[in-house]
Amino acid sequence: MIELANVHKAFGANHVLRGVTLSVPRGESMVIIGGSGTGKSVLLKCILGLVTPDSGQIRVDGRNVAEGDHDAFLARFGMLFQGAALFDSLSVWQNVAFRLLRGARKRPRAEAREIAIEKLRRVGLKPEVAELYPAELSGGMQKRVGLARAIAAEPEIIFFDEPTTGLDPIMAGVINELIREIVVEMGATAVTITHDMSSVRAIADDVAMLHDGVIQWTGPVGRMDASGDPYVDQFIHGRATGPIEAVR
Amino acid sequence: MILAPVAALGRSTLGGLSALGRIGLFCVATLAAALRPPFYIREFLNAAWTIGYNSLPVVGLTALFTGAALALQIYAGGSRFNAEQVVPSIVAIGMARELGPVLGGLMVAARVASSIAAEIGTMKVTEQIDALVTLSTDPMRYLTVPRVLAATISVPVLVAVGDSIGIFGGYLVGTGRLGFNPAAYLENTADFLELWDVTSGLIKGAVFGFLVALVGCYFGMNSGRGAQGVGRATKSAVVTASVLILAANYLLTELFFTA
Repeated sequence: MIELANVHKAFGANHVLRGVTLSVPRGESMVIIGGSGTGKSVLLKCILGLVTPDSGQIRVDGRNVAEGDHDAFLARFGMLFQGAALFDSLSVWQNVAFRLLRGARKRPRAEAREIAIEKLRRVGLKPEVAELYPAELSGGMQKRVGLARAIAAEPEIIFFDEPTTGLDPIMAGVINELIREIVVEMGATAVTITHDMSSVRAIADDVAMLHDGVIQWTGPVGRMDASGDPYVDQFIHGRATGPIEAVR
Repeated sequence: MILAPVAALGRSTLGGLSALGRIGLFCVATLAAALRPPFYIREFLNAAWTIGYNSLPVVGLTALFTGAALALQIYAGGSRFNAEQVVPSIVAIGMARELGPVLGGLMVAARVASSIAAEIGTMKVTEQIDALVTLSTDPMRYLTVPRVLAATISVPVLVAVGDSIGIFGGYLVGTGRLGFNPAAYLENTADFLELWDVTSGLIKGAVFGFLVALVGCYFGMNSGRGAQGVGRATKSAVVTASVLILAANYLLTELFFTA
């Protein structure tokens, strides 16, 4: 279980997180929605320790993330970045097998390559793609490779940062389906941040709405449409008027 | 109003000193990371190839033309005192002690510090550095240490090659244009060149290589957002590396030849 208690983070005068409290049960898929620049990515980076919160506590399975062996902690995570964040200098299979080629989980090169090709197949990519470089792939293919890399070491917790941004609706649907299938199949805990409502409905068990640095509403995805929360209503219907200022 | 230029000078001086302090801390962090496993041998070899082998043409050409021009200048200057015969020895000593390491270092700074800063800066803005961390890989050990080690080892080799090519450039001009006897030119070069002339230049090369890669990595890791941020990091890396090379050259020369 991932638990955040009263997490604050400011960058200079910009207070991005103003007391975020949220819990994600083990094996659940939580989607955090909110407008651009509301601190969704910062929240994920705080959990991963890429950004240090100013105050508050973040616990994973009861353990404070700021304490203990950080490498061992990160080994439990997989993450799909917004722009896929593939390493340009490495081929596709070396990107996917990155964790298996070095460090504590190092495997023989041939075995790592086999696993990478299997993971690529799982996300719908042919083995021929394995030898290509990220610059040779389309945006949708890069996302799939990023997804394959995120699941390659079979993590317990997977984060998805805007998984469908920049993709056409059909490719976005494919990625959403893949994410849902993989999360269910692996039994992983998933946290996705997005402002794409089709992703929310396809991926989420639970939804949390982040606005003004706090969680405005959280609940099961089935109750989202009838939440009665003015922030959620405005956001999911894409209205220009409401409590969320259209110009930020 | 009158004090505005002085205030601006003070601000830029303080800014420069604070940047130097941050580079110093980055240097300590790099050395600490270099002593702890894991060691990324493949990344080190890739960096050595890119920094060392791929810089050979530019360093070689620079040395060739510098050695040739140096021979002409020394001949012209020496003729004022009827000392034209010093051309081979001064070309050799000048290349080995000063021009080989300094010009080699500056050419590597232009080529390598810029490419390291641009590469790592782009990795930062496209979240590849964050991705490394989430894949349980320390960016300092994976990106910085291999590049700094590779540059520290490969730049002295480049300097040695550059010295030889520079001396050869002087030989070509000396024998082809200035009428020196080829055998006498080589004998003169060998007689006057001491081992310390060469090794002091190689030590300088190692220091310059270390500085170039360190500064490139520092500005890459601290790059701002977007194309403008990466561009600024690249420019700052080249300027800072070049200035540090010249400053370090003076300090090393004081240390090696005036003590």
